[in-house]
Formats: sequence, structure tokens, C-alpha cells
Amino acid sequence: MDIVFFRLTLSLYFVATAGFLYFIIRRRKKVGLWSHRILLLGFALHTMFLLLGYYRLGAVPALSFKSSLAFFSWAIVAAYIIFQAKFRIMVLGSFVIPLSVVLMILSSTIPITPVTVRPAFKGIWLPLHATTSLLGDGIFVIACIAGIMYLIQERQIKTKRLGAFYSRLPSLNILDSINYHAISYGFLLLTIGMITGSIVAQGAHGTYWRWDPKEVWSLLTWLCYAVLLHQRVAIGWRGRRSALMAIGCFFILIFTFLGVNLLMEGYHSFESLEGNPLP
Amino acid sequence: MIRIVDIGMNHETAPVQVRELLSFGKEELDKAARDIQAIKNIRESIVLSTCNRVEILFTTEREKEAKQSIITFLSRVSGIAPDDLKPFLYIYDDQEAIRHLFRVGASLDSMILGEPQILGQVKDAYRIAVDNKSSSVILNRLMHRTFSLAKRIRTETGIAGSAVSISFAAVELAKKIFGELTGKGVLLIGAGEMAELAATYLLNNKAARILVTNRTFARAVDLAEQFQGRAVRFDEIESQLLKVDIVISSTASPEPIISFDQVRRIMKGRRNRPLFFIDIAVPRNVESRVNEIGNVFVYDIDDLKGIIDDNLSKRQAEAVKAERIVDEEVIKFSEWLGTLEVVPTIQELQEKCERIYQGEVRKTLSSLKDLTPYERKGVETMAKSIAKKLLNDPILFLKRKSARDSRDLYLDIARQLFNLDDEKKKRRK
Repeated sequence: MDIVFFRLTLSLYFVATAGFLYFIIRRRKKVGLWSHRILLLGFALHTMFLLLGYYRLGAVPALSFKSSLAFFSWAIVAAYIIFQAKFRIMVLGSFVIPLSVVLMILSSTIPITPVTVRPAFKGIWLPLHATTSLLGDGIFVIACIAGIMYLIQERQIKTKRLGAFYSRLPSLNILDSINYHAISYGFLLLTIGMITGSIVAQGAHGTYWRWDPKEVWSLLTWLCYAVLLHQRVAIGWRGRRSALMAIGCFFILIFTFLGVNLLMEGYHSFESLEGNPLP
Repeated sequence: MIRIVDIGMNHETAPVQVRELLSFGKEELDKAARDIQAIKNIRESIVLSTCNRVEILFTTEREKEAKQSIITFLSRVSGIAPDDLKPFLYIYDDQEAIRHLFRVGASLDSMILGEPQILGQVKDAYRIAVDNKSSSVILNRLMHRTFSLAKRIRTETGIAGSAVSISFAAVELAKKIFGELTGKGVLLIGAGEMAELAATYLLNNKAARILVTNRTFARAVDLAEQFQGRAVRFDEIESQLLKVDIVISSTASPEPIISFDQVRRIMKGRRNRPLFFIDIAVPRNVESRVNEIGNVFVYDIDDLKGIIDDNLSKRQAEAVKAERIVDEEVIKFSEWLGTLEVVPTIQELQEKCERIYQGEVRKTLSSLKDLTPYERKGVETMAKSIAKKLLNDPILFLKRKSARDSRDLYLDIARQLFNLDDEKKKRRK
């Protein structure tokens, strides 16, 4: 049953990606509109898939690398849907949705491993921690992509060579505004994610903070976005600098998400989350 | 057989001295349209007159005479002898006339490819024709196809996509920087046609306020009045730069009036809110290094010219796609015209069939007197159905042939088979 939902979601995302790419190349508004609808349907199925996973496991389905990739993909699509509703920038989909498809495909290539759920992972705090952190990450994806779009558009206008992207990308003002909103909301969610995470840690290990690599890198990510937000609000940064920094912070975030879990050892690595003892 | 003909001249076939002789004002156009419709052998007609072209589109059954009359008419109006006028004219028949009108409406035949005004002018011409009742079945349909084709080309190709005038290119850039221009302030430094045009476009795009400055303050006051803006003194420029978002400069100053250091200072005060300089002046009023400052964008006249040159060549590339769409529509319209040719024959067939069955029903019923009303109705219905069903296949056959070259042959055979022409004559007598 789960696999049916997963495959349906993946195929709908695939169709939506193809549609979004066609939309940005040929600029058929209708194609964009339909891609968006197909994406919404896929998102509904994706949500069902996650709920089903939660029901089966009795804990949030983000305990293995495989399932957390699928969860991250869901968070990116969720963030896109929220920002599309607010800013009505369909081209955002042409940039964002391919990314979530890649994550879904990656997730599907990883073999299923049995997961033993520890008692500490049941209850409200872990789902809260996982959902807010991943949704925050998803929103930071939007900030990063809006930053990339900003840099492309700004470069065209500054160098006075108005290429194919000039008419396809939205105005600098909107891109900068997306950047600002994404960083604000992403930062809020990341903060909540870290607080709830420490509560989960307290339940599981009896201490809120252990200077585990995941915790350290999360703190670094948080600081990076905190600096960026401060520069925007207090110093009046905007445009290119803010876009560059949003991209930079995102690299740290990706390392925190992937690198720490795969390369370093700690209680937050998936081996230990899955219930295997540390070597 | 009805032909569609277009006689006209445009910016390529005739110099402006000739075109202006035939360029009709609003009332003259109305009169010309009525005069043309009154010409013998003209069935339907539409007259289009703009500063770049004159087109007389008409349908006729006597093509040669009608063409001659139109040329005589044009010669009379312009005062140029017919033989001297002819080299400036083009004459298109049928498919070529349809294609020409489609291309005109879609702005493929315009001096500036893709310019939007022409469609409005074609619509005006059509409105006059409708008011004068000089447009009927064929031209009505042709015009409506032209309008929807123009719309389709506009949305499906980039022929009207990007700006091809300096002022429009500047407004487009402003929109790509600021998004909506609502509430944005504009500072106009100096005066000049292009600068004023750009300011007007910005105002039309909802830019909120215009400040005007000039070395001579009185001149600034005049201009400010024209834009319902406010005049500011020349030495206030720096403080005003903190408040406005778009600066259009076109003074004759030999030295730049806006310097790199000045703008850098200002951007701190603006908290990096974007600033867009449109520098139309030669030599330039804004130091070119200003463009290097973050969130500041400087476009001088050469930059803007470069953009519209690029855009023009983009439009030319898009025109190829548009021509393909025109080809498609010409074929569709010609097919429809073909069905028009078979319509009279089909109607005559149906009339004949109705006459026969009604006659037979009358005869039969007069000899069968005891039938109940219900039975009489049955006999009538039967006769009608037999007649209709017999005709069904021949009619479908004719409709199928309507788009083919062999159409006239089959029409002829059908008319002979059913003896339509003889009957027509008899009934006329």
C-alpha cells in the first residue's frame, strides 16, 4: 500500500516536472497551471504516504535516510506550494520541483532497512521536531533558489545582455521579497525545530545538548541564517548580497542534513536512529 | 463565382508623398467607404487607411470591372492618373487577399514588426463597414478570423514580445527591477522628447509621482505642471535621490551630474532600496561606474538602443512562426469559402425536394378522403422522410467535395442530375 502511494506520488511529480520545464521553455501558461494542479494531487498523495508511514511505524517516518529524503522532498513541495500561493510565481516550480523529484528518486534507490522504534521516539516531540526542521529546510530551499534566480536576473540587467531568462524570471523586487520571507519563516521553523529537538534529546539521552556533530552543525546553520536575517533587518542588506548569503547558508544546511548523517558518527546518524548500536 | 480582392499600397510600395494623398481622416474615411460600396459590381467592401497603408478589400462577381472601378476611384481621390498610380499599388486575389489581410492584422506587414496599433485600426475599419452595412457574410467572417488570428499570434509567438522603442524598453526594465511601479517616484532631470515620453509611460504604468528639475527653474515648473508633478531645484538633486526610485536624465551638461561617490553615499541612506537611472543624455549625465554599485542600475542611450536592436531581431525570428500560423488559417478560410459555393445548390435541392413531396402529399390526400387526422399526419411524415433521406447522401457528397478543386465539376453534375438550372429559369418566367 505504502509503495503504491509512493510510486503514484513520484509519477505525478515527474509529470509535473516535465510540465514545469515545458512551461519555462515554451511559456505556455496553461501547461504551468496544469503542472501545478498535478503537483497538488501528487502532494496530497505524498501526505497520505507519510501519514500511513506514521501510522505503521508509530513514529515519524524520518528515522532512516531513505524515509527522511522522502520527507524532505515533501517539505520542499509544501514550501513551494505556500510561496506560490503568496507570490504567484509559477517559474519557481520549474526550479524547485525537479529538485524534489531527484530526492524522491534517491529515496527510492535506497533499500528498505528494518527500523526499531525506541520508546523515546514515540509521542509528540519527535514529529514536531522532524516536521518543523524539515519544513524549515524546505523553505530555505526556496530562499536559495530565489537567490539563484535573483543572481541570474540581476546579472542580465547589470551586464545589459537580456537573454532568455530576462522575460521568464520575475522582477528583482519579487525575488528579493521571496528571499526575505523565506529566510524569516525558515529561521522561525529552524529555531522551533532545534528547541523541540533538544526536548527529544532530553527524553532519549537525559540531556538537552551533547555537542554531537549534528547539533554543532545545526547550530552553525542557525547562526548563518541569524546573521543573514540580522543584516537584512538591521543593516538593510538586500538584493545580491542577501541572495549570495542565502545560497551560502544553504550549503551549510545541506552539509548538516546529508554530510553529518552520512560521514560523521553521532547519535543523530541514521545508523543509531535506526536502532543499531554505534560501532 | 465570388472573388475576394484586395487593392492597396503600403510603406514598401509607395512613398509617403503618395500615401498621404490617399490617407483618409475619420470623416473622409466614412465617406470613402460609402462611395466604394456604391460602386457597381462591389458586393461587400472594407476600407482601411492608416499613415502607412491604404487597403480596399472587397468581394465581387465581376472581378475585372470591379478592380478597374476601384483604381479609377483611387486615381480620382489622389489626383494621380491611373497609369501613374498603378506601380504603387498591389492587387491580391482570393487566397492571396486573405493572406494579406491576415498578415496586416497580425502586424506581420507593419513597418515595425509586431506593433500593436494596426489591429485597432483594422477593427475601426471594420466598424465603419458594419455601420454602413457594406460587410456581409464573407467579409464578416474574414474579419473575425483576422481578429482571432492576430490574438493567437500575439499569444503564441513572441512577435510583440519585447519593447522596440527606447521609452518602452526603459519601462520594461523598470518593471523587471521594481515589479509593480505603483507608488514609485520618478525624477526627471532636464527635458527632451524622449525623456518626457519615458516619463509619460512610467506615469501610465502607475508610477506615483514625478519630480522635475532643470538648470532653469522656470522651465522645471512648466514641465512639472505638464506631468502634474512637482518642480525641485537643481541643487536639491542629491537629497531627492533619497526619495525617488527612477531617474531619467537628459541635460546638455558636458560633465556628468551624478557621480559614483554620490550614489554610493545615497544608497546607504536608501538602505539599499534599488535605484534605476535612465540616462538619455549625450554625453552621459551619470558616471558609468555607478552601475557597479549594488542595487543600482544605469542604462544609457546606447544600452537601450542595443536592447531594442536585439528585440527587433527576436521579433523577426518569431515572425517565421507567425507566418506558419497564417498559412494554416488561410487554408481553413479557403475551405470555408468553398463550402459557401455549394450552399446555393444544396438549398435549391432542398427546395425542390420540398416542392415535390408537398405536391404529392396534396394529390394523395385529396383522393383518400376517409382518413383520420392522425392517419393524414402519418402519410405526410412518410412522404417527407422518404424525400429527405433520398437527398441525404447527395448533400453530404457535395459538402465533402466543397474543399476540392473538383468541386465545380460535381456541382455541375448535381445541378444537371436534379435538373436545377432549367427549373430555376422556368420559375423565373
